[in-house]
Amino acid sequence: MTAATVLDYDEVIERFDPVLGLEVHVELNTHTKMFCGCPTTFGAEPNTQVCPTCLGLPGSLPVVNRVAVESAMRIGLALNCEIAPWCRFARKNYFYPDMPKNFQTSQYDEPIAFNGSLDVTLEDGTVVTVAIERAHMEEDTGKSLHVGGATGRIHGADHSLLDYNRAGVPLIEIVTKPIEGMGERAPEVARAYVSTLRDLLRALDVSDVRMDQGSLRCDANVSLMSKGATEFGTRTETKNVNSLRSVERAVRYEMTRQAAILVEGGSILQETRHFQEATGTTSAGRRKETSEDYRYFPEPDLVPIAPPAEWVEQLRATLPEMPSERRKRIQADWQLTDLELRDLVNAGAVDLVAATVDAGASPAEARAWWVSYLSQEANSRGLELAALPITPPQVARVSALVAEGKLTNKLAREVIDGVLAGEGEPDEVVEKRGLAVVSDDSALYAAIDEALAAQPDVADKIRGGKVAAAGAIVGAVMKTTKGQADAKRVRELILERCT
Amino acid sequence: MSDLTRLTAAELADKIQKKDVSAVEVAQAHLDRIAAVDKTVNAFLYVDTERALSAARAVDEDVAAGREPASPLAGVPLALKDVFVMEGAPTTCGSKILEGWSPPYDATVTRKLLEAGVVILGKTNMDEFAMGSSTENSAFGPSRNPWDLDRIPGGSGGGSSASLAAFEAPLAIGTDTGGSIRQPGSVTGTVGVKPTYGGVSRYGLVAFSSSLDQGGPCARTVLDAALLHEVIGGHDPLDSTSIDAPVPPVVAAARDGARGDLSGMRIGIVTEFQGDGYQAGVTAAFVQAVETLKGLGAEVVEVSCPHFDYALPAYYLIAPSEASSNLARFDAMRYGLRTGDDSANSAEQVMALTREAGFGAEVKRRIMIGTYALSSGYYDAYYGQAQKVRTLITQDFEKAFESVDVLISPTTPTTAFRIGERADDPMAMYLADLCTIPANLAGTPAMSVPAGLSDEDGLPVGLQVMAPALAEPRMYKVAAAFEAARDAASGGALIHRVPELEA
Repeated sequence: MTAATVLDYDEVIERFDPVLGLEVHVELNTHTKMFCGCPTTFGAEPNTQVCPTCLGLPGSLPVVNRVAVESAMRIGLALNCEIAPWCRFARKNYFYPDMPKNFQTSQYDEPIAFNGSLDVTLEDGTVVTVAIERAHMEEDTGKSLHVGGATGRIHGADHSLLDYNRAGVPLIEIVTKPIEGMGERAPEVARAYVSTLRDLLRALDVSDVRMDQGSLRCDANVSLMSKGATEFGTRTETKNVNSLRSVERAVRYEMTRQAAILVEGGSILQETRHFQEATGTTSAGRRKETSEDYRYFPEPDLVPIAPPAEWVEQLRATLPEMPSERRKRIQADWQLTDLELRDLVNAGAVDLVAATVDAGASPAEARAWWVSYLSQEANSRGLELAALPITPPQVARVSALVAEGKLTNKLAREVIDGVLAGEGEPDEVVEKRGLAVVSDDSALYAAIDEALAAQPDVADKIRGGKVAAAGAIVGAVMKTTKGQADAKRVRELILERCT
Repeated sequence: MSDLTRLTAAELADKIQKKDVSAVEVAQAHLDRIAAVDKTVNAFLYVDTERALSAARAVDEDVAAGREPASPLAGVPLALKDVFVMEGAPTTCGSKILEGWSPPYDATVTRKLLEAGVVILGKTNMDEFAMGSSTENSAFGPSRNPWDLDRIPGGSGGGSSASLAAFEAPLAIGTDTGGSIRQPGSVTGTVGVKPTYGGVSRYGLVAFSSSLDQGGPCARTVLDAALLHEVIGGHDPLDSTSIDAPVPPVVAAARDGARGDLSGMRIGIVTEFQGDGYQAGVTAAFVQAVETLKGLGAEVVEVSCPHFDYALPAYYLIAPSEASSNLARFDAMRYGLRTGDDSANSAEQVMALTREAGFGAEVKRRIMIGTYALSSGYYDAYYGQAQKVRTLITQDFEKAFESVDVLISPTTPTTAFRIGERADDPMAMYLADLCTIPANLAGTPAMSVPAGLSDEDGLPVGLQVMAPALAEPRMYKVAAAFEAARDAASGGALIHRVPELEA
């Protein structure tokens, strides 16, 4: 094939309108699983958090986790959804070794929450309202580890290992209605939507929302329609995209890939695709040509859920301040310009800065650390800001050491670097690296005297009243003390020495 | 045969508490009987001599120490249908696909039995995954009817019913999805009760059709069934479909009924369950039963339940649909049979090969029917329509119970048929459950009590008594009154006319 695999993005936009549909799976942070009492702790020894029910042993039965239902309703309410007065679980039937019953207990045509919306603010301040189709409850599957073979996928593997610890962990799937008319901003909208949703879920405290650990997973449906067309094109579904940046890249890549096929007169295969972090491309997964028949039917082992109106209202009363309102409040409290607020939000730093302020730092200091210094660090490591191995209290401690005069800004950055390098708490890093400001005046006098003696002409100038000449001596002293002196204090001492 | 195996559960429990006999002696007498006759009857798939005797010893210790009995059935032996799990005891559900599986947990019914001091002798034979009316679908060979060893003991719970009629156990547990407790009871001259759906926990009952399956008691007398009902019934937080209400007072109702007064009781004969297709001896026994009930003071009328005619086809869409999903888990990945795991086959191929080798023909037939009925494009026409029929049948019951207290019919249209007679004719086999299925679809309680012997073949006929949801006491009262009158009329319990088995 000689045709390019992707079309230039500007040309894509010129010729096509993208349509997105985003499905986000959220693992709830309940202590126990959706239908049994097993713990949900991440990272436990394989197959240690299992029981007859989540292993699907013959005879076992599910019992619905009340807290998970409440979380689902709170998510629905926060997304401005209607809460179903009566809904049921359904069985989604398909065979896969990581699914113990060979059906997933999910919700089908009777979701607990539906018809909602979420306002998403883009980088330039534009607000886009994303319509929410539904939010429904389901259980997670186990995990397969395919051993041998080049790809880590089941195809070509020698054997597979199964871990059922995750089987039965409560999931909420949030599905948007088709997002149309975004044009070139479609990838950005996708990212901003997931980011806003993540903030919302974090504020609700219903999930760890760790994309890197899979507690927040996004499937991106993308299709293109020719300019002026009224019917949607064939879509692809890119599964389990695991960072905000990847969501944006995956959507953008799919747009350019599909466009290249369409302009050549080809047609898009309805299929699931996988996003490759390394190349920024997607590759074909399971073919959806024959649209798998899941043979849904109402789950006979569970009774319908019919939340009384009082329960729904009680839950509505527990909704926290929504991230958008919180931002407005923060902007006022911290006296931020629109631009400063946007930088803060775009850096994903609102919660981190707020927590750092709560730990005692000033808003300006906290913002400076997270939005400029640490954001760069996160970027260069390819991590989410929150995933950096440093906590708001640690940043606040460094900030406090600066305020107390025990660290200069330069030294503070070294301490932060030390914490990031895993050298321990800020105070330990100061200790180990010997980074404390030299505040012992006698040590400074010795260094000053040495510098004055080495540069007698400069010393004379100072004594003659040329205060500005002190800079050269300050520089020399800083060099001797390897930067660990407070320059202001050194200057004071020099002038005192020379009068 | 030891006289101990001839006694009722109530009599045995009483003798054990009075120290006339020890629980160990009772258990041993039944274990001896099993050893003597089960090669012929094939009621048991597994006998746990050690655990049975150890449970009996614990009861004897309680008696010796003067402690209150754990239940009115403490020390009484029981045969458990192999569809309930019991920790460490092989559970096969009559299928090769589960051969060798040892469950790591107890069903709620199992736990309640053990806590009640009931002595579980072992696990009984059944049609594979409870699909069938004869036990011929068991992967481990059919059980035989002690009334005539060439005939079926009913199914799916034929092992349980045969064990009662062969005096291998005075009590048994069954499950009834479309009649699997009542029809075996009917053809073996024993008592079988399907409680209200949700009355007995399904936790640990290997599911065939979740919305229809119901565990229940099997015994040789109505009182024994009632005593067992109260032991195994009640709310279970592990079963979301379990009814959150106390067990209805069925023992008191059975004792009340035994006094023989049914005056004021209105009984309805189901119009649709008589006539063509009913064996003459069955009809005759049923007509005689109606006369007996009238003699006890009951008012008997005919009641039409027009949608009962559609119960069988609706059942054969709903039950296979749920079964196709429930049985999906038997895939060789975690337990049970594994076929074709030779590193050349993929996981999917191993699943397919195992299911091909592990499931019998009837199970495969139902998985296919159910898979088809749930398929996109067919769901509304089949599963959806069947659910509507289910609603109509429930309404038929509701309407009928506005005018009568209980409904009655023959339990099954014929007496026990010969082994092999219907094996190649699924429709003929399915008809055995014609009269029992409506109660499963409606979730209402129903039971079978011996009505007499059929004139033409001398085999037992069952009388089915059906009641509204949670109104088991009414049903037990009628059955107990009928049992007492029938036994009095023929000079003793029907079950003692079962031929002696050659040991």
